[in-house]
Amino acid sequence: MGPGVREPTTTVTVNGARLVANLDARVTLLDALRDRFGLTGTKKGCDQGTCGSCTVLVDGRRVLSCLTLFAQCDGRQVTTIEGLADHPLRAAFIKHDAFQCGYCTPGQIVSAAALIREGRAGRDEDIREYMSGNLCRCGAYPRILAAIREVASGAHA
Amino acid sequence: MTAEAIAEAPVRPVEATPGKQPMIGAPVRRREDRRLITGQGRYLDDLELPGAYEAAFVRTPHASARIRSIDTTAAARLPGVIGIWTGADLPELVKPIPPKVSNPLLRDMPRYPLPPERVHFVGEPVAVVVAESRYVAEDAVELIEVDYEVLPAVSSTTAALAPDAPRVHDELDDNVAIHVTQVAGEPEEALRTAPHRLSERFVIARGGGHSMECRGVAARYDVGTGQLTVWPSTQSPHYTRNMLAYFYGMDEDDVRVVVPRDSGGGFGPKAQFHGEDAVIPYVAMLLRHPVKWIEDRSENFVATMMERNQVHHVEVGFDDDGKLIVVKNVFEHDQGAYCAGLQVPMITLSTLPGQYRIPNIHTELIGCYTNMVPTSSVRGAGRPQAVVAMERMMDRIAEHLGLDPAEVRLRNMIRADEFPYKVGLTFRDGSPLTYDSGDFPSLTKAVLARFDYDGERERQALARSAGRLVGIGLGAYVEGCGLGPYEGARLRLTNDGTVLVTLAATPLGQGYETIYAQIASDAMGLDMEHIAVATGDTSRIPFGQGSFASRTTVTAGSATLQAGRELREKIFEVAAVLLGAPAEELCFQGDRVCAGGDPGRSVSLRDIVQVSNIGKHGITMPRGVPAGIEVTSYFSPERASYASGIHAATVEVDPDTGQIKILRYVIGHDCGNVINPLLVDGQVLGGFAHGIGNALYEESFYDDAGQPQSASYLDYSLPSAIEVPKVELVHQFTPSPLNPLGVKGAGEGGTIPVPATIANAVEDALRPFGARITSLPITPAKVFAAMTATNHR
Ligand code: FES
Ligand code: FES
Repeated sequence: MGPGVREPTTTVTVNGARLVANLDARVTLLDALRDRFGLTGTKKGCDQGTCGSCTVLVDGRRVLSCLTLFAQCDGRQVTTIEGLADHPLRAAFIKHDAFQCGYCTPGQIVSAAALIREGRAGRDEDIREYMSGNLCRCGAYPRILAAIREVASGAHA
Repeated sequence: MTAEAIAEAPVRPVEATPGKQPMIGAPVRRREDRRLITGQGRYLDDLELPGAYEAAFVRTPHASARIRSIDTTAAARLPGVIGIWTGADLPELVKPIPPKVSNPLLRDMPRYPLPPERVHFVGEPVAVVVAESRYVAEDAVELIEVDYEVLPAVSSTTAALAPDAPRVHDELDDNVAIHVTQVAGEPEEALRTAPHRLSERFVIARGGGHSMECRGVAARYDVGTGQLTVWPSTQSPHYTRNMLAYFYGMDEDDVRVVVPRDSGGGFGPKAQFHGEDAVIPYVAMLLRHPVKWIEDRSENFVATMMERNQVHHVEVGFDDDGKLIVVKNVFEHDQGAYCAGLQVPMITLSTLPGQYRIPNIHTELIGCYTNMVPTSSVRGAGRPQAVVAMERMMDRIAEHLGLDPAEVRLRNMIRADEFPYKVGLTFRDGSPLTYDSGDFPSLTKAVLARFDYDGERERQALARSAGRLVGIGLGAYVEGCGLGPYEGARLRLTNDGTVLVTLAATPLGQGYETIYAQIASDAMGLDMEHIAVATGDTSRIPFGQGSFASRTTVTAGSATLQAGRELREKIFEVAAVLLGAPAEELCFQGDRVCAGGDPGRSVSLRDIVQVSNIGKHGITMPRGVPAGIEVTSYFSPERASYASGIHAATVEVDPDTGQIKILRYVIGHDCGNVINPLLVDGQVLGGFAHGIGNALYEESFYDDAGQPQSASYLDYSLPSAIEVPKVELVHQFTPSPLNPLGVKGAGEGGTIPVPATIANAVEDALRPFGARITSLPITPAKVFAAMTATNHR
């Protein structure tokens, strides 16, 4: 890409697959996932770290991929919406009609998956608080909450 | 959420075939769902355009300036840069973009895609860079030197109307873009003689659309066919096509506009034509290479149209019973640097009287040019402001007379037996403002019952005596929707035996693939699984308007219904010949047409296609079989239909911080018949979240020099999961007589009365202080200021 910029070799495991690339050191994890690896499920809503659309998991932790450089992820495990194929949140989002345009949805699901695994989705106030970084202009919040609550309580099974 | 189960079944608008489960009115889940939750949605930036170049724009940092020179030398030398064009380099594009909605009184000033000499708002593009990647394009933008002569700017309607205001456009002698007055009855005389009069000034901000997906456009020119294919993120593909054909002097058939299958929200601004939409396809043609531009959020904040502020001066006259005699409202609308369309202020103008019988009305618009990005519709489109003006005064009347605000509203409401009701004004569609149907008092009573209004008032009194600041607010509205001129649907039996419904309208998250299959299913008596829906491609259907103003279900829905009925007849015509049975005896069974209910005497849709669409090369068609099973139908409503609703809220104000907490919120709405209650509820709740933003949080700040002060979500608060409270829904279904489905619009009712309702509740909470809430959004700082202002009185 850019001239004269160091292009480090980065090895990342994305959704279980080992990927190696030499990219401009400025390239974000978000752009690498979307443009280089064709994983377009992760969305860019602001590129400023303020909307949550680009949320992915790095070593199991929620990360805004627009603020993360690809090169920083060397040796790490990245999980995107494409890697949550069997997660019960998917069915719960459909059941509760938890989205309209769907643009924020991958970020919401990835965020919620981490929240539930961390055991922080016990109370509605906690879910609202911890999900407040994931904006949804279609305003599906009450239904997103319902979907997360259901999966967190194990009621979906 | 405690969305009430759809208590009463909506009136069935069409007879479904006997024995077939009706689809209209059923809460069918969306077909779109699966791909959207698996990350398989295809939005604009997910399109595969291998090797496409990427573009970035140079934008003026000054609100008003003359371009002296632009130096692109250093940028052009940057490896990876393909081309750079300034406005002066592209004289072909120096043509004004006409306003989307105009008026003979408008003093229109030209808006150019890439202005060559004079810029009028921060963020206006002055040059475009095309490069191998967006990273390189942005580096090149940094290297471009523009020499500006900076001029004084105007950044509010108050500043624009000041006697010595700098002029936004040198060609005009002041900053007034349009001045329109509508009058019913004798408002001046009525004001002079009314037993009581009250007046107030309200400043009402509305923010931007803020679809989570920003704007964008990609284009590819095929030299072989001379066809230009453009993928914009628009709500109106045919409008974009017509504009591009006009700009490039091309045949409309040579411009194909395809909206990507999925859209990350529209909310108004994406129904507009922005300058970038003309520039990107043009440079793709010059380069004969695909080019794409995806707006980033910082561009979106300054260069995408928004709604911004109106200032209302409203006065009411009424009798001792609180009955309205007259309302007069004069409002300033911030049109921005150019008039991209007059839809917003014209809607405000006629939304004022709302649900009330008012014999004398004066409604007056002063539209101002300012040095800010042009304004466009944003979900609600000028209605929330008018509702604030009217509904705030209803509360003031109650306060003045010592009456209950719910009672004052009921005394003034138009009764159910008065429809069609002529208001005496003209709506923005050009027709006399005539409410087609509704039942305002019954919906109000249902909402008050659900809200337990009397109980809430008692609890409020208790809370007050305990020193808490608790208030109750109501907000009623009427929403003109289902606007013309028309929308179409093309139904075709495809070669694999599927019925394909093609619409010109584009979905923005409303679930079109499902809704229109439901309508076609009932129209034809054919199961939904044999029906597919395609949208947003100008090459598939020649005419269309687009998705805006909650109009599509009315227009495209009715067109689908008509076309579906005709297609059924055509299919049966062929089947009648093939089966040797009269058409009246036929019905669908699965994917077969069956005679007299006997599966032994049936023919499949595929077989029908073989005969009628595919045919046998050179062989005569069987007698009586029509060639080509296809129907295109357009529906033009004779005038707008009117949805209505009323919201009720209880809030509590924290006296120390000015924070507002919503304790209860009930939404009552009547959008006529409902095609899919699941999706309508989603629209209403989503609109509500938007309304909360307008009431309490969202404002696009500009300083006195016209510099945007809120250009990220750190400075502009979009409601998150924390800010949107629980809601209870009350439904009423009064079918519209103006279309065969009996539907009205559902996309905006959740938004419209929220600012008025919350403002009424907050002022009610602060009544012990006599504090006045006159500016929205109602931030804690404003609440605090209102409380302390009155303390010192
Ligand atoms: S795109 Fe990363 S937070 Fe918005
Ligand atoms: S579903 Fe559209 S932004 Fe969340």
